Amino acid sequence: MSEKKQIRIATRNSGFIDPENIDSYIAAGGYLALAKCIEEMTPTQVIDEMKASGLRGRGGAGFPTGVKWGFAAGYKSDTKYVVCNADEGDPGAFMDRAILEGDPHSVLEAMAIGAYAIGGNKGTIYIRAEYPLAIKRLKIAIEQAEEKGVLGKGIFGSDFNFDLDIKYGAGAFVCGEETALINSMEGMRGEPYTKPPFPAESGYWSKPTIVNNVETLAAIPAIIVKGANWFNKIGSETTKGTKVFALAGKINNVGLIEVPMGITLREVIMDVGGGVAKGKEFKAVQTGGPSGGALTYKDLDVKIDYESLAACQSIMGSGGMIVMDEDDCMVAVSKFFLDFTMDETCGKCTPCRIGSKRIYETLDKITMGQGTMDDIENLKLLAVAIKDTALCGLGQTMPNPVLSTMRVFEDEYKAHVIDKKCPAGVCSSLLEFVVVDEKCVGCTLCAKICPVDCISGKVKEVHVIDQAACIKCGACLDKCKFDAIIKR
Amino acid sequence: MAKLNSITDLKKLREELQSAAETQTGKPLVNVSLATCSVASGGRDIMEAMKAEVASLGLDVNFMQSGCMTFCYAEPTVEITLPGKEPVVFGYLDTDKAKLLVQKYIKDGELLDGVIPVGYERVVL
Repeated sequence: MSEKKQIRIATRNSGFIDPENIDSYIAAGGYLALAKCIEEMTPTQVIDEMKASGLRGRGGAGFPTGVKWGFAAGYKSDTKYVVCNADEGDPGAFMDRAILEGDPHSVLEAMAIGAYAIGGNKGTIYIRAEYPLAIKRLKIAIEQAEEKGVLGKGIFGSDFNFDLDIKYGAGAFVCGEETALINSMEGMRGEPYTKPPFPAESGYWSKPTIVNNVETLAAIPAIIVKGANWFNKIGSETTKGTKVFALAGKINNVGLIEVPMGITLREVIMDVGGGVAKGKEFKAVQTGGPSGGALTYKDLDVKIDYESLAACQSIMGSGGMIVMDEDDCMVAVSKFFLDFTMDETCGKCTPCRIGSKRIYETLDKITMGQGTMDDIENLKLLAVAIKDTALCGLGQTMPNPVLSTMRVFEDEYKAHVIDKKCPAGVCSSLLEFVVVDEKCVGCTLCAKICPVDCISGKVKEVHVIDQAACIKCGACLDKCKFDAIIKR
Repeated sequence: MAKLNSITDLKKLREELQSAAETQTGKPLVNVSLATCSVASGGRDIMEAMKAEVASLGLDVNFMQSGCMTFCYAEPTVEITLPGKEPVVFGYLDTDKAKLLVQKYIKDGELLDGVIPVGYERVVL
């Protein structure tokens, strides 16, 4: 990779500084932004700077951060809260954990800046308890920051106070939704509630609250120090700055990347990601986890930002990118994600609770080869109805995997229904294991391993699999040393 | 630890920290990635192995830990900065390879395979 396609803003310090030593952060320019805000800027100026930067929430929804802060600043209250949403829950996404473990102070600093801007003095980090190392480093960071006087009472000798604590989530996916998160922090069930009132008006303990994602926060000190005009020159027309993605699945360079918004999917997969693993053909990438959708081989030239992903029935999401190749079945992938949301729905609203179950059942039926064309039509109807009626973001985005894969791979769905075949060779109910006569040497290994004794044949003669008795376990395929058994 | 009372205090501290770091640039620096994923793939063992090898060869080397270096596919990873040279990130390590890094690269400046190309521009404040 000759040209440098990545710009590290939110991850600027991760891997470069010692996260357990505040001096290491200060040497890298840490707390300069907070000092600049307190000494040289009014809260309104901070908010204006954030608005001018064009920074949008990196948790997934993409709401402009400065606007959110502006709302909270507008409400009068004795107490206002800054909440850091570190309830990272998408399968295959780990950018927030990396930031918290590699650069915890940048998040603390940004929370203090947020509190200064909205006129608050309390902050809470809501983090999943499954991140013990991140929690340990956050605790160390908070303690050291208080000793240095950059958190706590009278920050930088001013009359601005900011106290921080940490709350642990139990790893419920829905608690990443801000209203469910607030319920959970208050000790109630992690269920979302209808907005308005938005948290900016009435959130944590019914006080004005801003909830910002880890990655959003991590970018803020850089924006304040280098200026909104520096930041808004990076990125696309509608979406400024960079985005951290966690590349996972069938890609060579599995790991974190931070790329400017507006980069094409092709550049992400082929250049930064080093291409699809094992030289296979690229098929699709799931963005936004279970709430997102698939961008396909047809979308390689899509410029990645909130709007263009939405146009492909997907979402930016928090940044998980799961790469799939020719061996992945899109119906099975949709089923996998619906299985996840079906488990994680909180059950409060009917469209999400029952809708996810019904979508899952229909997909399951299709992968078993029992689907009908009516099922495909029903899936579409159901998906649109759920999108329109579910209470929170989890439900509203839950049908995305189905809608986005159908957009390009409807033929694959139909192949399962009409031809009773799985073109990618994944859905085992639709597969046949057969012996290739020319390759079989009659070694009898397959017959010996078969758990249901459905393979017959004499030594040194071609073997035959009894399709009626075969349970499609694939043991024979794994055992054969001559590639004489194939699935089709 | 004295409290910082102004932006001037902060800038002064930063300069002090930077010049303190400057005095150490004559020594090799080994930066071991120790985020959850790196620890899980054996990062701590790598650090111990390198420290032991440095001690047995009687070298003077600084060690530090850091967070995720973003190269999950190549964990465990370490970044080695030799005096007067650009930092180099080595991946795909095990304890034997880590010892070899000390013997060859740190001691004699001889490059080994497993170097990870740097494909990013880091924003520095």
